[in-house]
Amino acid sequence: MINLNFIYSEIFLCLAIMILLLIGVFKKNSSYLIYNLSILSLFGCLALILNFPINTNVELFNNSFKIDYLSTYMKILLILSGIFVLLSSSKYIQIIKINKIEYPILILSSVVGMMVMISSNDLILFYIGLELQSLSLYVLASFNRDNILSSESGLKYFVLSALSSGLLLYGCSLIYGFSGSTNFNLISENINQDSYGLTFGIVFIITGLAFKISAVPFHMWAPDVYEGSPTSVTIFFAILPKIAALTVFIRILYVPFLNIIDQWQIIIIFLSIASMLFGAIAAIGQKNLKRLIAYSSIGHMGYALAGLSTGTNLGIQSSITYISIYLFMNLAFFCCLFMLRRDEKYFENIEDLSGLSKNHPILSFSLLIVLFSLAGIPPLVGFFAKFYIFTAVVEQSMYALAIIGLLSTVIAAFYYLRIIKVIYFDPEKERYEKNHNIGLKISLAFSTIFILFYFIYPSPLIEIIEKINII
Amino acid sequence: MDFPFLSSLILLPLIGALFIFFSKSKSNTYLTIKYLALFVSFANFILSLYLWYLFDPSTAEFQFLEERSWIKSFINYKVGIDGISILFIILTAFITPLCIVSVNSTVKYRLKDFLVAILVMESLMIGVFCSLDLVIFYLFFEGGLIPMFLIIGIWGGERRVYSAFKFFLYTLLGSVLMLVAIISIYWFTGSTDITYLYDFGIDEKYQYLLWLAFFSSFAVKTPMWPVHTWLPDAHVEAPTAGSVLLAAILLKMAGYGFIRFSVGLFPVASEYFIPLIYILSLIAIIYTSLVALMQEDMKKLIAYSSVAHMGFVTLGIFTFTQQGLEGSIFQMISHGLVSAALFLSVGVIYERMHTRLIDNYGGLVSVMPKYSIVLMVFTLGAVGLPGTSGFIGEFLILIGAFKKSFLVAAIASIGVILSAAYMLWLYKRVVFGEIKKDEIKKMSDLNRAEIFILTVLVLPIIFFGFYPEPLLNTTEISIENLIEMYKTNINSNLVEK
Repeated sequence: MINLNFIYSEIFLCLAIMILLLIGVFKKNSSYLIYNLSILSLFGCLALILNFPINTNVELFNNSFKIDYLSTYMKILLILSGIFVLLSSSKYIQIIKINKIEYPILILSSVVGMMVMISSNDLILFYIGLELQSLSLYVLASFNRDNILSSESGLKYFVLSALSSGLLLYGCSLIYGFSGSTNFNLISENINQDSYGLTFGIVFIITGLAFKISAVPFHMWAPDVYEGSPTSVTIFFAILPKIAALTVFIRILYVPFLNIIDQWQIIIIFLSIASMLFGAIAAIGQKNLKRLIAYSSIGHMGYALAGLSTGTNLGIQSSITYISIYLFMNLAFFCCLFMLRRDEKYFENIEDLSGLSKNHPILSFSLLIVLFSLAGIPPLVGFFAKFYIFTAVVEQSMYALAIIGLLSTVIAAFYYLRIIKVIYFDPEKERYEKNHNIGLKISLAFSTIFILFYFIYPSPLIEIIEKINII
Repeated sequence: MDFPFLSSLILLPLIGALFIFFSKSKSNTYLTIKYLALFVSFANFILSLYLWYLFDPSTAEFQFLEERSWIKSFINYKVGIDGISILFIILTAFITPLCIVSVNSTVKYRLKDFLVAILVMESLMIGVFCSLDLVIFYLFFEGGLIPMFLIIGIWGGERRVYSAFKFFLYTLLGSVLMLVAIISIYWFTGSTDITYLYDFGIDEKYQYLLWLAFFSSFAVKTPMWPVHTWLPDAHVEAPTAGSVLLAAILLKMAGYGFIRFSVGLFPVASEYFIPLIYILSLIAIIYTSLVALMQEDMKKLIAYSSVAHMGFVTLGIFTFTQQGLEGSIFQMISHGLVSAALFLSVGVIYERMHTRLIDNYGGLVSVMPKYSIVLMVFTLGAVGLPGTSGFIGEFLILIGAFKKSFLVAAIASIGVILSAAYMLWLYKRVVFGEIKKDEIKKMSDLNRAEIFILTVLVLPIIFFGFYPEPLLNTTEISIENLIEMYKTNINSNLVEK
């Protein structure tokens, strides 16, 4: 008999989705209630995950579903960011009138999909999780259906994502064909070093995953989708799928295919360098903040991949640290975007920030901190993220990667500085409204304080992540 | 030592900045927050003097050591000072209150933010000078970019955005290689603790590249020719207090870095790269002095003279003689005082005339006699006249250089003559001559605050000119130790070969 205890959190979330859907159907005007209940159910899910000792290590359903330290940590990260995303965007969706009952439910189902992805130890289960999260994301991207940009971004994301899923599936079938199994453990046992088919399979899988984390050259969708989607969906796009996809990246590359690292390492290095440089250079000309953060996130994924390309535990840990820190920086940035509201309208261009520091000193200070942190200037948390990555990279004597990465941070610093220049050096414009809901304020305050004061006591995060040992 | 002196020195300005940041900014509280900032920075100065009093100059060991676990099993927070670093800490703590007094007339808007930036800057700079771990050092070294970027960008002159960007990107580009080098050192030796690295050394085959990586950062910050071009821009556009901080302390971080890291950690590579440093230093001394001669903007002239003076400093450091190194440190302290004083003096007349072009002045001696006297002292200090602190530094450096190479010293001596030329010519054009403009007649002489600031600067410049013993005594043993360490490293390396 399979012990279902360990997947109570997923089951709970699925049940919550169904119940919320029923409430939504039978109770009129219940969107606000459902929104809050979704936040509550995420909290419940978090409690269920924390209920088990974090170092549980079990495999369920014929070894296709794995619960270990990595998956537990990533799930906690995922749910936490889901809670923050929902908390910070509640007012936004009311104002741009997308506060329908489906909105939080789609987010929850996407989260379930990601949780399945994170725990998957089997190609088929992984694909199911991926599609569950993707389908919800297609709808979410075009949720503001009266807006032409939003519809366009939904369609664009759907077409490109379907293509990448196709490639991914093709890769899975190749791997199945050449190794005789879809289970990660079995693949790693049956692996044949010289098989070209297997290499092709890995390349296709990497392609599909690189699409999900928007690494160059599979990044084309990101700027359009980030810009077109409602901001509340963009923040979701920017954080959660990346956590899930990065976990799968780690699981696939480091469990079945660690033995043939020389086959995929160079691909990851290329993806990493291309993303870092492209993200830095392409963002320079942007005027829209959401578009800019899309390019910046492409660059940041390049750094996370640099950690992955090392093939060591330290590299994995540094990537995970990077994504954990990146999450808070992005959260803080989007919280600031949510605060740029005047007369029921949201502003998202760089020039709208002009002279912000005169009327909104605290908000500007938060943005200043976030932007310098994204640029990786010490002593802010963004510096530590990069520091850990490059520590892992240099340990493997990959100096070229480290130097290119650090040079691209200098290029990237330019466009972050440009925003700071607009905020602090340019003449002031009209004021923005100051009444924000408490969830948004808490999210911003929490993430800003984390970014600013992390350097005082950096050990705990490292100690938690140090325990992740895949190899 | 039980009381954490150094951490208090670092933290005190930060706490002050925090208070000021969260205070309500109304125009009538401006005075209060200014006094608060002044009080905090002055308290820090007193604390640093007390530290000097407690400091034991008879040992080269690091003193007032504090060590705490920071990133577990990786990096420790470690601070401590020796005879080399203590003087820079006192200089920082001395200059900052003067900057805060000077904001009266130079900062017209957003005073609160300015004070926060200055105080944060102070604590970061003190951190640079007392950190004994490479990563901690890098943290403070780079962190200083943020407040300085804002100081130049918000309160600067017309081309402030360009200058702020140039400053930021130049220095960032310079230091990323240093970060790679620091991480590499960690993997080569298993530690980033400087005292540990001093004891065990770094393998000779790695030293050359590591030295170059550190050099790229320090050369930009010093600044050495040909990467000095950010300095004139940053100086000219920064507000007076910003220029003072830049010239007096920020540039010294690189000189300090050369002594502490390039020489201390990579002696073999330092020996190897001596010709490079000499050539760049000599070009800096001669070329930028000539450039300074041709400047029409006073601040730009002083900025170029800073590059030339820092050329002397790098030259002195890489002579590896007692005189050369002591002279370099003395020159850095002296230049910190003199350049701060010169920028403040330019600020004084800029306030009245709103121009920095030399041609617009002339004949100030008849309207501003007091000003002319103090400016005379500072000019002579910059020239290096015997009896001012500038002389001692340059003289010692030249002695050191003569020991090493006659040619180098001879060329560097030309720089001394050139510095007399441009400084005295500047003084002549500004202070003497006919009064060309009516506005000049209306200029008032120094007010009380200005007299206070400038006198406070005149005193140490003359005092240390006549009696350099306190400074030299403090540094002597530490430098002897450094040179000894350097020589044993070089010799053991020769024996190995």
